Amino acid sequence: MNEQDTRSLLEIADDELILGWRDSEWTGIAPLLEEDVAFSSIAQNEIGHARALYELVAREQGTTADELAFDRAPDEYRCSTLVERRFLDWEKTIARHYLYEEADAKRLEELKQSGDAEVAGLAAKIDREEAYHRIHAQMWFDRLKDEPRFTAALDELRPLLDAGREEHSAELAELWEEMTMVRRSQPAGTRW
Amino acid sequence: MVTAEQVWAALAEIPDPEIPVISVVDLGVIRDVGVENGTVRVDFTPTFLGCPALEVMRDTMAERIRALGAEPVINVRTDDSWSTDRITPEGREKLRESGFAPPSPRAASGPTLVQLQSTASRCPYCGSTDTRLENIFGPTPCRSLRYCVNCRQPFEQFKTI
Repeated sequence: MNEQDTRSLLEIADDELILGWRDSEWTGIAPLLEEDVAFSSIAQNEIGHARALYELVAREQGTTADELAFDRAPDEYRCSTLVERRFLDWEKTIARHYLYEEADAKRLEELKQSGDAEVAGLAAKIDREEAYHRIHAQMWFDRLKDEPRFTAALDELRPLLDAGREEHSAELAELWEEMTMVRRSQPAGTRW
Repeated sequence: MVTAEQVWAALAEIPDPEIPVISVVDLGVIRDVGVENGTVRVDFTPTFLGCPALEVMRDTMAERIRALGAEPVINVRTDDSWSTDRITPEGREKLRESGFAPPSPRAASGPTLVQLQSTASRCPYCGSTDTRLENIFGPTPCRSLRYCVNCRQPFEQFKTI
């Protein structure tokens, strides 16, 4: 695996981990029971993808998936600021979901062409699962596309897709605190 | 000396932790078994990458192989080689009997909303095809929720992957 591959896998893994956490924040409080189930399931998938991607990178770098996911400082993550934002409004959540799935589909398509069979194979497997996320995002897009609050959210969030991955919002640092709190409170190597 | 047949037979006794009516062999997730010098290698593919049953399956397989007197090596293959098309006919029947609609065949182009909303899915309780999609997502990543208009019974369907 070349350095470029490792870098893009880590970017995707970080995106999926952080988005998984954000999506899971709807568990129990989504505006519709069906969406409570949907976002919880999507969150679980995204974190599963993150784990598989981290495992590939970890083997390359002689570390572990957990260390990559949780033991880096917040400013070392390579996620997009799009996934870092904490939303308690539905229109922004759906706008992010739609924008993210669209961009994710493009990069997975590229990754499926990787010369590294393991990378290409994992990308293909992830893509099979993401197909259901895309259908869900499209369904909501079709329902909300004429709602001014939704189109405003799309306009506000779209530029975040092209923003750099070096700068992070304060929201990532806050999420990182919560995400790693239990792990940091235990002696290194504690088995659960 | 343990044989591959004995290993397959032992694996066929391991239930899916989340849908225990079906075994890991019925599920088609065991891709290969290799036996060499007292070591048993099992290649297996998770259904969904975020499936929490993955560790349980892996540990149980290792345990059963040790019980046969061999050293297990479990390789998790995270590639696209598994599909719900690999669920055996027996596995599909077991799913249906316990109230899960088996997955539709995998299409080359992947799933579409139109296809998911189509009435082709048969209710595992009454056999009617007058069913509708309630939610693409369900209690586990591998299941969707549907509703049978004929017998007014909600049911779960294994997602096509």
